[in-house]
Amino acid sequence: MVSFLKEAEELFEEYKDYAPSHREICEIIENKEFLTKEDLAKLLNVSSKEDIMLMAKKAQKLTRENFGKVILLYAPLYIANYCQNGCVYCGFSSRKNYKREKLSFEEIENELRKMKEEGIDSVIILTGEDRINSSFEYIEKACSIATNYMSEVSIEVYPLFEEEYRKLSNIGVVGITVYQETYQREDYDKLHPFGPKKDFEFRLNAPERALKAGFHEACIGPLLGLSEPKKDVLCAILHAEYLLDKFPKAEISISFPRFRSAGTEFIPPYTVSDKEFIKFLIIARLYLPRVGIVVSTRERPSLRDALIDVCITKMSAGSKTTVGGYAEEKDEDAEAQFEVEDRRSVSEVVDVIIKKGLRPEFTNWVKGVKSV
Amino acid sequence: MFEIGGKKLKSRLFVGTGKLPDYSLIEKMYYEAGIEVFAVAVRRIGPNTKHTKNVLEYIPKGATIMVNTSGAQDHKEAVKIAMIGRELTDSDWVKVEIEKDTKYLFPDSFETLKACEILVKEGFKVFPYIYPDLNLAKELEQIGVEAVMPLGSPIGTNKGIGCEVLLKPIINEIKIPVIIDAGIGRPSHAAQAMEMGADAVLINTAIATSADPLKMAIAFAKAVEAGRLAFEVGLLKEYEYAQASSPLEDFISG
Repeated sequence: MVSFLKEAEELFEEYKDYAPSHREICEIIENKEFLTKEDLAKLLNVSSKEDIMLMAKKAQKLTRENFGKVILLYAPLYIANYCQNGCVYCGFSSRKNYKREKLSFEEIENELRKMKEEGIDSVIILTGEDRINSSFEYIEKACSIATNYMSEVSIEVYPLFEEEYRKLSNIGVVGITVYQETYQREDYDKLHPFGPKKDFEFRLNAPERALKAGFHEACIGPLLGLSEPKKDVLCAILHAEYLLDKFPKAEISISFPRFRSAGTEFIPPYTVSDKEFIKFLIIARLYLPRVGIVVSTRERPSLRDALIDVCITKMSAGSKTTVGGYAEEKDEDAEAQFEVEDRRSVSEVVDVIIKKGLRPEFTNWVKGVKSV
Repeated sequence: MFEIGGKKLKSRLFVGTGKLPDYSLIEKMYYEAGIEVFAVAVRRIGPNTKHTKNVLEYIPKGATIMVNTSGAQDHKEAVKIAMIGRELTDSDWVKVEIEKDTKYLFPDSFETLKACEILVKEGFKVFPYIYPDLNLAKELEQIGVEAVMPLGSPIGTNKGIGCEVLLKPIINEIKIPVIIDAGIGRPSHAAQAMEMGADAVLINTAIATSADPLKMAIAFAKAVEAGRLAFEVGLLKEYEYAQASSPLEDFISG
């Protein structure tokens, strides 16, 4: 499983100082149907605006050919924020002293109803990592309720065992999102001083277990800023490729959330500029033309809107990142896991997509394929 | 006019709706490009929400809906999706699309065959999306599918008829209609498919992702018509060397 990490490490070391010429970049993107791993490692070092724009043009073409003029929309539903982990950068960390909450099943229904009223029809259920306060059974029941309201239900919860994923798959959950935070073991270890999340490999293998158990979709990625960004991006892209090779029928998505302040003292060792961020997404598209690309509300509206034209296939809209934030007005700044930059309503996001000549869509899977 | 799946159709151009920027284009295509068959992916038939409407609301009454099982990973899922699709659309036309992988979207022949066997027995009008494989096409014909839909080249690639040598035997040997599906990127590719003797073509990406899907649909409709007319007349043979209008022998013998 971790062979792709070693490969990424070697590639990164070999090409980290390699600056491809304009001619070489043109050669790679114009003449090759599929990029090699070496091409991928080289393109990560491209820095001129002109070359990035050239790459963007090809990325746009590939996106439209493979995904058409459709942008999938979803919204997160935070059902609990209890957490046993001590992640030094996270707003949900158990080190942080704030009100812990967990929605009752009735409250979950209220949230879903409110989301549905706002026009949301695809949801990701989120919890912190705490098997006592947010037990598997609690998550299972919450998902079961959600499948009654939404066309598509996914999860972004702590890594589960294969059997647990199978149970969720059987009740109609189709997707898993699990961010590795960083693919660099040493940094990972320092950033996660205690708690179940400390187990690097159990987290890394989570998407694989879920897909094995019958999930249709997996979204993966690093949290940019926690470790060397180019290296993390390279690892994530090879991770996506690994999953595609192993589960050719699954839909794999990739996302590169950038670190955002979450009321902690933590200052990330790396910052990723807009230019670099955009380049990373474009390269992911060039190397993996059929992989979904997700951009969250951590990014500001103008940037998200610009990326819709190029490589995004899925985005969140109308997100509330507080527990119970849909049915009840809450102070998003004080209680959220991270700062949300795009606070537009679902209607506003939908309008932008339509104005760009694209079709917003909440349904990616026929409801209940597993249960009919 | 040609007959397929128990219906008489004027247009031999079928259109997929999955990649369209706006479902309201469907009605325009029906009236302005004369397209009568629309393939609809069941996976995307969502309930009406505040922001998105159900694709079915946009399909004119006279049009035929071809339910598409795309997203199915095996024959069991394809059968379930077809059943759901029939319930939702009231159409028994089903395009069996079971993909082997999400990288190339190549059809899974084994699972497709199994799904078709079940669906024919269940009374569906079955249209399997397949590799250009004559043996598979023959088996499907025997099972009782309405038509076979071999790919021209991989889905969404716009590469055109990339495997003429494999498609031609299917067109020659199979008695049920052959619809070339996937990979057709230009109206000229569609015309080529029709000139080869295909009964119809199904296009999605090339129309849906063009700058003007309606205009492009009209262009494809015209190309399909032109290709079919040429096929019916019979194409002239290709010659390796120029043929003099007055054969050389006349001069030599004269």
